[in-house]
Amino acid sequence: MIAGQNKRIHGKGQAGWKTWIGLLPFFLFITFFLVMPSLTLFSGAFQDAEGRFTLANFSFLENTFALKSYLTSIWVSLTTSLIGGIFGFFVAYATTSSRAPRWMSNILSTFSGLAANFGGVPLAFAFIATLGRTGFITALLKGVCFNGADGAAICPFNPYDHGFNLYSAAGLILAYTYFQFPLMVLTITPALEGLKKEWSEASANLGSNSAQYWRYVALPVLLPSLLGATILLFGNAFGAYATAQALTGGSIYLVTIMIGQQIRGDVLGNPNEGYALAFGMVIIMSLTIVLYILLQRKTARWLKL
Amino acid sequence: MKKKNNPWAIFWAVLAMLYFFVPMLGTFIFSLRMKRGVLSFLAYQSVLSDANFLRSFRYSATMGVVTVIVSVVLLLPSVYWIYIKAPKMKPVMEIISILPFVIPVIVLVFGLIRTFGRPPFQLTLSSFGTDVLIAAGYVIISMPYMYRAIDVGMRSMDVRTLTEAAQNLGSNWFQVLTLVILPNLRIAILSGALICFATVMGELILGDFLVRPALGSYMAGVGRSKAYEPAALAIISYGLTWLCLGLIQYFSRGRSQQQLTGR
Repeated sequence: MIAGQNKRIHGKGQAGWKTWIGLLPFFLFITFFLVMPSLTLFSGAFQDAEGRFTLANFSFLENTFALKSYLTSIWVSLTTSLIGGIFGFFVAYATTSSRAPRWMSNILSTFSGLAANFGGVPLAFAFIATLGRTGFITALLKGVCFNGADGAAICPFNPYDHGFNLYSAAGLILAYTYFQFPLMVLTITPALEGLKKEWSEASANLGSNSAQYWRYVALPVLLPSLLGATILLFGNAFGAYATAQALTGGSIYLVTIMIGQQIRGDVLGNPNEGYALAFGMVIIMSLTIVLYILLQRKTARWLKL
Repeated sequence: MKKKNNPWAIFWAVLAMLYFFVPMLGTFIFSLRMKRGVLSFLAYQSVLSDANFLRSFRYSATMGVVTVIVSVVLLLPSVYWIYIKAPKMKPVMEIISILPFVIPVIVLVFGLIRTFGRPPFQLTLSSFGTDVLIAAGYVIISMPYMYRAIDVGMRSMDVRTLTEAAQNLGSNWFQVLTLVILPNLRIAILSGALICFATVMGELILGDFLVRPALGSYMAGVGRSKAYEPAALAIISYGLTWLCLGLIQYFSRGRSQQQLTGR
């Protein structure tokens, strides 16, 4: 009886369709709502209006408008992933090994979980309410007087008169950092906690100071995790749409915004070019995720030590 | 040996706390300033009494529940099947489960509209058909979280032994799944469900482009036309995310922490 049951469960011999049958509903769902939509775009990217194969749609790379949207997206994502990555690393550094007071570490780890998931439209609202033209901080700053270069008091100080503008790429970077650095804290903390105490003791015994320990031991060990986490941040920013749309009303041309406008009304004047634009995004995201997974594997190897 | 607090660590920690709290505090105080000269909850009253808010909140909450149910019904048997019958399919499943990260939501909605906006699979003719499409999109978007939640939960229990025991007692597959596996996974599924729900409540793109009254599109609309209500909405939305994460933390005390990412 038991042997028979075991056979029913383990059933080594029954390869082929029988291993698939239980996954059929799931695969059907994925095929319908993920694979088919993707294929529609991908095949469209390589077809002209009459359905013939062409690479001409990728000439959007010569269309300064579309190319610029890619460059803006890449620039914003790169900047926020670097700022968020570096800042997040230091925050994670502060919260591990009881370097900062315990209550601070507790607050920071709780809020990292919250802020990493706080995005979209509400995040844009929060920044507009705080740093927008009539925002809370802007209003506070307007009430503060300070001495200008010529010694005369400038009062009130309106940051918008001094080159600051929230509704721009700079404002977008400021807002994205709100979820980027907490995501860095969440992804890099396990790696920092995985640094063995023995390593710093051993390097101290060999006569190195703290700077040398970080330069020759800790950072090289952490490098794959740092790179991987930063790449994850890049992808996180690259695919974002809602915050940018709500913050700038679509006046900053990210690829996602561009695709959004293409869906609404074919701004590129060629539907297939829109597909090519979307295809390019998927390529960049795939590269990002593959790199991240490879680096993550490398990290997992020494974390297990 | 008690280590002394590192001044640099404190510097970064304080800076991070400022980054967390200043926008939150600023938004909160701003949201109280609707009535000139005094602090009041007028903006909140205005939002909460808006029929459109209630309608879109109800719509998104319903969609959130539908998404959770469909995700569980779809993923639980599949992951279980992989553990019991087809462990070789695990890598395939893992790759599929991260595909939604590779395909940004704006690209997904583009594909959905172009695929299901015209024959032979046209779904956008009726609002019900569109809702089916949106729900499917939400299931796809939240799949990585739900998959991971269920996978982690199953890894921590002995699926095989439980199945054998239940079968020896005469259960069929359906009974094993609903009476043995599901109860053991309730914490994992609950955290996955809360993440799904929070994702749906905060999502803008699907509801906006498929023109259904989702909370995200409502918020975007308010942001274009009003000054103080958006701040109140941001605080409400903050509270909602807070609640979902707090519940996850509460239910999974002592277990490995969940983390949700991506937007």
